[in-house]
Amino acid sequence: MKKLLSLVLFVLACLYLAAPVFAQVEVDDPEYYTKFQGQNRSINVHNWGDYISDGSDEGMDVIKEFEELTGIKVNYTTFATNEELYARLKGGGALYDVVIPSDYMIARMINEGMLEKLNYENIPNAHYTMESFLNAQYDPTNEYSLPFMWGTVGIIYNTEVVDEEDLGSWDLLWNEKYMGEILMFNNPRDAFAIALNRLGYPMNPENKEQIREAAEDLKDQKLLVQAYVMDEIFDKMIGNEAAIAPYYAGDYLLILEDNPNIGFFTPETGTNRFVDAMVIPKGAKEKECAEMFLNFMMEPEVALANMEYIAYSTPNQGTYDLLDEETKENEVLYPSQELLDKTEFFVELPTELNLYMDQMWTEILSTDEQYSKWLIPIVMILAIVASITINLLRAYRKRKEKDYLQTMDQLRKQL
Amino acid sequence: MKWLSKTYVGLLTAFLYAPILVLIVFSFNQSKTRGAWTGFSTRWYEKLFTNEIILQSLGNTLIVAVISSIFATIIGTMAAIGISKMKRFSRNMMMNVTYLPIINPEIVTGVSLMLLFVYAKQKLGIGVEFGFITLVLAHITFNLPYVILNVMPKLRQLDSHIYEAAQDLGCDRMQAFFKVVIPEIMPGIVAGFLMAFTYSLDDFIISYFVSGATSQTLPVTIFSMTRRRVSPEINALSTIIFLVVLSVLLIVNIYEGRKERQMAKLKVRERR
Amino acid sequence: MRQKAAAAPYILWMIIFILVPLALVVMYAVTTPDGQFTISYISQVGEYAPVLVRSVWLAFVATVICLVLAFPLAFIISRRSSNSQRTMIMLVMLPMWMNFLLCTYAWMTILEKNGLINRFLANFGIGPLEMINTQGAVVLGMVYNYLPFMLLPIYSVMTKISNSVIEAAQDLGANWVGVLGKVLIPLSIPGISTGVIMVFVPSVSTFVISRMLGGGGNLLIGDLIDLQFLGNAYNPNLGAAISLVLMVLILLCMSITNQFGGEDMEGVIK
Repeated sequence: MKKLLSLVLFVLACLYLAAPVFAQVEVDDPEYYTKFQGQNRSINVHNWGDYISDGSDEGMDVIKEFEELTGIKVNYTTFATNEELYARLKGGGALYDVVIPSDYMIARMINEGMLEKLNYENIPNAHYTMESFLNAQYDPTNEYSLPFMWGTVGIIYNTEVVDEEDLGSWDLLWNEKYMGEILMFNNPRDAFAIALNRLGYPMNPENKEQIREAAEDLKDQKLLVQAYVMDEIFDKMIGNEAAIAPYYAGDYLLILEDNPNIGFFTPETGTNRFVDAMVIPKGAKEKECAEMFLNFMMEPEVALANMEYIAYSTPNQGTYDLLDEETKENEVLYPSQELLDKTEFFVELPTELNLYMDQMWTEILSTDEQYSKWLIPIVMILAIVASITINLLRAYRKRKEKDYLQTMDQLRKQL
Repeated sequence: MKWLSKTYVGLLTAFLYAPILVLIVFSFNQSKTRGAWTGFSTRWYEKLFTNEIILQSLGNTLIVAVISSIFATIIGTMAAIGISKMKRFSRNMMMNVTYLPIINPEIVTGVSLMLLFVYAKQKLGIGVEFGFITLVLAHITFNLPYVILNVMPKLRQLDSHIYEAAQDLGCDRMQAFFKVVIPEIMPGIVAGFLMAFTYSLDDFIISYFVSGATSQTLPVTIFSMTRRRVSPEINALSTIIFLVVLSVLLIVNIYEGRKERQMAKLKVRERR
Repeated sequence: MRQKAAAAPYILWMIIFILVPLALVVMYAVTTPDGQFTISYISQVGEYAPVLVRSVWLAFVATVICLVLAFPLAFIISRRSSNSQRTMIMLVMLPMWMNFLLCTYAWMTILEKNGLINRFLANFGIGPLEMINTQGAVVLGMVYNYLPFMLLPIYSVMTKISNSVIEAAQDLGANWVGVLGKVLIPLSIPGISTGVIMVFVPSVSTFVISRMLGGGGNLLIGDLIDLQFLGNAYNPNLGAAISLVLMVLILLCMSITNQFGGEDMEGVIK
């Protein structure tokens, strides 16, 4: 009887362990996370689309784990570009507790006083940050941000369409042979960086002249470009809709999973290297809860789950140590020092250049033919004139009808 | 001639239903990628019920739609009654303002409401956090005209003598109003409510500009998905929605058809 | 007197949530971020003339196509028995209930280079045709999404045209061109003008259809406004100026269409 009972217990225990529902993350200090348990708190997290492990593909559901561990509810929403995030924050309407912008945007936000300083006492896991990511250009004092992911930009191409001899440089994106097969970044910073680097200028332009020249190149390129996209490139590259697209290195690995005919290279003239880091915007209502979330995201196991899901490179030493040799040696994720030396970070541009770049970008997207500046006023005046004329004509016709009726009336009376 | 019109109707129907058919078919697709058929599976339907983001935004959408259409119906019905008693000039003025949100491009309405909320917060210090409240306020705003436009014609048809008759028969004003006037214009109120509810469920553009950190409606969530890939759970959800709407419409259709036949029978009997 | 007061909450609501926001749009359009008066934003809109022209042109084409498609369909439906009328209108209304983003997304699957149409055509050795990321695709998206808005008003007017009117015209010697030009079209003008507005306005201001089906390189006014408020080029003042121009443009178009008929927006509801 006893044996039977223990067998049943054993089986139950096995079931308990096997059931993924009960999977618990191993955290460094479980005590810490119980602070807000049962207080019904919630935080608003705003992240890039598809930028957290969500439990599909047998990975960890990071948000759910966090909610279960801490009892804090997470309202999770997504954005598509740094500039969109900036607009939402600047509008002042939406209050977020955690957002994850890229380097240059963080610098801009720090300068404009849009971020809260982090309280490191609440983030014991901050020590996992790799040394090379400390005192970065965008946050020299480490007061505002904790790095989340990093990576480089390169060109993803379809090996069945693109000839080998055309590879190697950004020129591939301007190659007329592949007209209509090329996708391009749908955000000004990334697109201009490519054009600038191709012209031999720094990726952070120094003056308007450089931006103007790059804009000319991008306008020329427009004829060859099939579409301006961001994350749409996943579907388009997997479905062989397009053959060439500049994008982030880690995403190449994801696309490769679904389409084996995909290649990747980093242009020899260098490229952009980015860091996306977690920050807390000014006005965050639940700063301590937000810091708890940051701490949770820095747990090596959690960061590993995110890394495996997103396939970008991790700036977390604890996570890096957990990786197998094969991943560590993956040139796409962790390029050689020689290549890294050729990469550039984006820095915050002076307002004037930023504005000019945005303007040129809109111009690139909007022009195909040149119209006169006066066209709109003229069209409007014409419309007003037409409207008045029709009204007058109508009044005239009515009066004539009335006259006619009156004459008829008179005639009838006379008869 | 007959077959020509039949083919024409057939072709247009095919045009209207082609994308819906694609949606439904691909909700049963094995793979996650769009376009390639890899086999039949119902796993997206199972996954749908564990996908919190989708379920939550579906819940938000429903709650916002219910609350905003109820408010819009109450305010709108009152407004219609008030407007119908106004002098011609002020009535025309009111109706012009009522048409404004319908005619104005949605994006302008959305942008202007966004500016209002930002302005109220920055300059006046009236903090309305973007999210649930702003969504409801915006939805009530664009729903109101539809309620008024549905109730107004009913009020115009209303025989004003009924109201007086009720008072003569001993009702006080309130009783006369609630027992006589309201039941008479009820069909208009219901139609207005349903229309407001539908528009609220379906609205994307205005919600996109006024939604915030805490609540996103389903269309806004779908929009953020279309920028990467729409997960097939959404296809599964819309297949379910399609079936629900289809069955509701079918029931209404059959019900109305039956009512009409009965009316016709009654008329025949009367004639006899 | 007391009944008139019932409109008070509505009046208050409309002032706060319709008139004040529109006034804010005007205000943002003519001031700099620090509150100085300026017309530079309005004049800057002139630089985007190509976008405005393209939007108006595409919306115009879509409106005409909708009209041409919807008019015969409305006529066919309105001549059926009331039972089958109801069924057919239901059939047309049903797609309106589906989320338009998803339908547009499904059109991507259909139109793509390796999409359903091209795969079908490839069986006959035709193609691949270039359909997605063109202006034609954008127009198709508009026609698909807004066709019911054209159909319903025209249909609701046409149900009021009795068959005997048409027969009378025929008896008086009109051929079908005459019936169409002298009877059907003039009598359905109120529905047509409502339909034109209901299709043109959302088409000219859309910002999703162009992005999904037009490949991002065919900016429309709606995209431009979105870019200024929630997009890459954060500049609400310029965005307000563009919105203002768009609004004026549409009011002008409205006043022109209104010259032709029904001012009471026949069939907006229903």
